[in-house]
Amino acid sequence: MPESWLELWDVVSRNRVRTLLTISGVFWGMFMLILMIGFGNGLERGMQDTVGGTFTNAVFVWGRTASLPYRGLPANRSVRPSNAEIEALRELPGLAVLAPRNRLGGWRSGVNVVHGSELGNYQVNGDVPEWAEVQPMTFPLGRWLNQRDLDEERKVAVIGKPVMDDLYGPGEPVIGSVLTVNGVAFRVVGVFDTPLGGEDAERVENVVHLPFTTFQSAFASYRDYVGWFTATARPEVPASELEAAMRATLAERLVVHPDDLNAFGSRNSQEEFQKIVNLFAAIRLLVWVVGSATLLSGVVGVSNILLVTVRERTAEIGLRRALGATRVSVVTMILQEALMLTAVAGYAGLVVGVGVLELASSALGEGSGSMGPPSVDLRVALGAIGVLIVGGLFAGLIPARHAAAIEPAAALRS
Amino acid sequence: MIRLVGIDKTYRVGAHPLHVLKGLHLTVPPGELLAIMGSSGSGKSTLLNILGILDGYDGGEYWLGDALVKDLSERKAADYRNRFLGFVFQSFHLLPFKTALENVALPLYYQGVSRKERLRRAAEHLDQVGLSDWSGHLPGELSGGQKQRVAIARALVTRPRVMLADEPTGALDSVTTQEIMDLLKRVNAEGMTIVVVTHESDIAEQCARTVFLKDGRFEGER
Ligand SMILES: Nc1ncnc2c1ncn2[C@@H]1O[C@H](COP(=O)(O)OP(=O)(O)O)[C@@H](O)[C@H]1O
Ligand SMILES: [Mg+2]
Repeated sequence: MPESWLELWDVVSRNRVRTLLTISGVFWGMFMLILMIGFGNGLERGMQDTVGGTFTNAVFVWGRTASLPYRGLPANRSVRPSNAEIEALRELPGLAVLAPRNRLGGWRSGVNVVHGSELGNYQVNGDVPEWAEVQPMTFPLGRWLNQRDLDEERKVAVIGKPVMDDLYGPGEPVIGSVLTVNGVAFRVVGVFDTPLGGEDAERVENVVHLPFTTFQSAFASYRDYVGWFTATARPEVPASELEAAMRATLAERLVVHPDDLNAFGSRNSQEEFQKIVNLFAAIRLLVWVVGSATLLSGVVGVSNILLVTVRERTAEIGLRRALGATRVSVVTMILQEALMLTAVAGYAGLVVGVGVLELASSALGEGSGSMGPPSVDLRVALGAIGVLIVGGLFAGLIPARHAAAIEPAAALRS
Repeated sequence: MIRLVGIDKTYRVGAHPLHVLKGLHLTVPPGELLAIMGSSGSGKSTLLNILGILDGYDGGEYWLGDALVKDLSERKAADYRNRFLGFVFQSFHLLPFKTALENVALPLYYQGVSRKERLRRAAEHLDQVGLSDWSGHLPGELSGGQKQRVAIARALVTRPRVMLADEPTGALDSVTTQEIMDLLKRVNAEGMTIVVVTHESDIAEQCARTVFLKDGRFEGER
């Protein structure tokens, strides 16, 4: 029915002020919705990048100091898991991956690592190949630790990218070069990188990984000792459940009172992850609620102005009826007007909103801090268009009913 | 062309029903120029609205040509109004945002005539009322007499069977009034059946026949 759209175009284009007033509400509603969704997405992406790649169901357990005497053992003894515990924990049914680890030096302090005349302070760990299943890594150079490194107790090392940048000059060969840790020489076989950013990257990447077995025999005080265990739970198992099971197993094996909370330290990443997930969900909900409310108020605005318009146009509608318009064609005219105004206004809001997001995105670059590049996906845009069409029809409903109720005889009496 | 048999109409608003038309009988032969005269509030417009199928009636029969106009469906009523009837109002009722030409073309829109053909026929009728030079002007730029001529052209553009004019000169000065009357007489002379409602006797005197409406009944004719 291009004719009726043409007739409609006639009506709206000759009544510019009214038309502009009508569409500005929907325009703003759509614009705000798109902006909020876009920046919400950016925020979400930014936070995902920050925690990026960290496992969502990991459990960490480490030995501390017993606080209760148990079976003749005194309180205040240090709890020292041994290699035997590794095999015992692997038996746990809810466990997917287990990665025991030792660390040279204290909890927060690193140790000196020497390469030629260069020296740096880094975390030095004894690790198993399974660690790569817990912390996603890429290898710009060389490879990750493998089982043969452990079986043969090879003196090899895999270093973080920032470690390489510190200790090596540009163009200097890295793979095959020698690093000295506490007087023991290791050959570098790989350089790793992670998708993490910010502080997390610093913590995870300023690291030298050595084979777990080599570490234990090279540094005597760690012989048959495991500093801590990192494990991931099977998908169907809550991390907190695995955490409790690991603590119980270790307590039993190491003769620790079942209620001794101080004997082991432990933590799982699920709670943390859940908090972030919940935060995202809340932000998304807020965006949709506020955005939809804005859009709805725009639609109500269109409805209101159309209603006023119908009142103003009573005589016109009466005349059209006298000239041969049916009630249906009058209703159609009003609905079409509502639909066209909301659609045009909404589309304009969408286009301008996306344009602003593009600008902001290119200004922010790859994002800064917790803010990623803002964006909307096609699905959201299509959804918004759908909402608009429904909204447009909704906006036209009440005015159209008023228009249908106009009696031509009464409308023309003047 | 028009035959009314005992037309009855009562407005039911508020506590007191208002019996406006009390069993009217009227026959209008084809090609007649008929005036309906009466004082204000006598029911002239009510009668004309019934003739124009803009309003219903409570009793009697209204024949338009060989069709009984009674309990018509929405669609049929709209169709009859569009094809059989042409309206002229005291206050013109032109759409202010449409040009004279587009106003004249509007009834054809509801017949589904193409835009090009609409405008062609509208231009023809605008020419017949002597306003071809004003076709591109908005109603706001026209004088009262010109507006009414545009309205007359609009009433004629569908070549209706009957033209209904409710106080067509009520808003015009005496010189313009005479011009409009001359135009109506000319259209009538070309064969159009016209019913004019008026309360001015010098308008009625120019019509072939006049019926007088008083207290809801016809009281004599000239
Ligand atoms: N829609 C209506 N509802 C109630 N009363 C009406 C309506 N239209 C007209 N009337 C009344 O009917 C009477 C006749 O009105 P009308 O036909 O307009 O008279 P005229 O055109 O001769 O001046 C008047 O008393 C008027 O108030
Ligand atoms: Mg009247």
